[in-house]
Amino acid sequence: MPIWDFLRTYSPALAAGTLTTCIEFLMATAIAVVVAVAMGLAKLSGRWLIRVPAIVYIEIFRGTSLLVQLYWIFFVLPLFGITLPKSIAGFLSVGLNCGAYGAELVRGAIEAVPRGQWEAATAISLSPGVRMRRIILPQALSVMLPPWGNLLVELLKGTALVALISVSDLMFEVKQINAMTYLSAQAFGTALVIYYLLARFLITPFMRWLEHVASRRLGKV
Amino acid sequence: MTPDWRWDFALEILPRLLRATGNTLTAAAAGYAIALILGLVLALAQRTKWHSITLVVRECVEFIRSTPLVLQVFFVFYVAPQFGINLSPWTSGLAAIGLHYSAYLSEVYRSGIDAVPRGQWEACRALNLPLRRTYLRIILPQALIPAVPGMGNYLVGIFKDTPILSVIGVAELMQMANTVGSENYRFLEPFTLVGIIFLFISLPAAGLVKLLERRLRLAMGL
Repeated sequence: MPIWDFLRTYSPALAAGTLTTCIEFLMATAIAVVVAVAMGLAKLSGRWLIRVPAIVYIEIFRGTSLLVQLYWIFFVLPLFGITLPKSIAGFLSVGLNCGAYGAELVRGAIEAVPRGQWEAATAISLSPGVRMRRIILPQALSVMLPPWGNLLVELLKGTALVALISVSDLMFEVKQINAMTYLSAQAFGTALVIYYLLARFLITPFMRWLEHVASRRLGKV
Repeated sequence: MTPDWRWDFALEILPRLLRATGNTLTAAAAGYAIALILGLVLALAQRTKWHSITLVVRECVEFIRSTPLVLQVFFVFYVAPQFGINLSPWTSGLAAIGLHYSAYLSEVYRSGIDAVPRGQWEACRALNLPLRRTYLRIILPQALIPAVPGMGNYLVGIFKDTPILSVIGVAELMQMANTVGSENYRFLEPFTLVGIIFLFISLPAAGLVKLLERRLRLAMGL
């Protein structure tokens, strides 16, 4: 079957799958960002009661693989009385996984802000909250945005695994098409190209734009 | 509600899981070996005098890096037979994971080679060394040693990505946990044990890489 006929026949399924993938991506990103900032700050906390849980979370989620976490959240968590719908289990595990990597990026970026900035903020008697929000985080943001761009591409790739708990994302749809038609090259090839386009022409330019905005607001450009 | 964790069941399935861990480690090592070699090829292919080759290889690396490994595994497994190449799950899994990580490793090599000071290249030219010796004796040794921690991180990464091979039926740890779980209708112990086994291997490995990084930095006087 020529590729054009293939695309014409299956474009509704592919579009629906791509939409699900995008939704999973956005939800997982939201979770990853919130968790990363919270855990990154918690890991820098002076109190061990806050620091230790953050370290445990980061090490567990970075030390095991996403697929294990996904299966655990989807198949084992119900035994603890927490039953999540598959789409929520999907973006939750992808978000928590990438959040752990993101937390290290947040921590590293905050530590990279020069000491003088902390001292100056203290010298003009800014409260710790204001110092973090107005002085440290904006500078840390411009340091951590480039690696976040890479992380978000990793996150998009991670969302492909939710197909394995039968969330009907792009990966799932092309698996179905492949099972029905054996048009493996067309089905999987099209999906590869769609993922590539999403990563290279949506996520990467968007992150570049964010980096640009962040550095301009710091007066660096 | 607390689930009933059964120690006797956990102990009973542990040997089977540990045997499968051996397969996981084999898969990681073999995939990594492919990635190490192919990555170097991809890195060197971007350094020829033909600009167009550099662009094409760069785009291929970007393509491999920004598409999901699980999809690449399916692609290799299902598409290769259509061209008359029949691959076992093991072979296609290793090919896919090796190819995927070779893209990452080529970036590590590339930044390592770029970090070698220009003077080294100029000295090689001044001494009239042939290109082969320039690379093998002068450039690559200086480029690779600082790249070792980066390469180590990807070894841990490839280990954590091997469960993806279970989707085409490679008998690694995740696949074994699935099998054991569905035989007994109990998923709590197998999946939890898999997580613990992964932690037990990847945390020390990551620590080792960090230690190596510090040693190297000291040895190079940075």
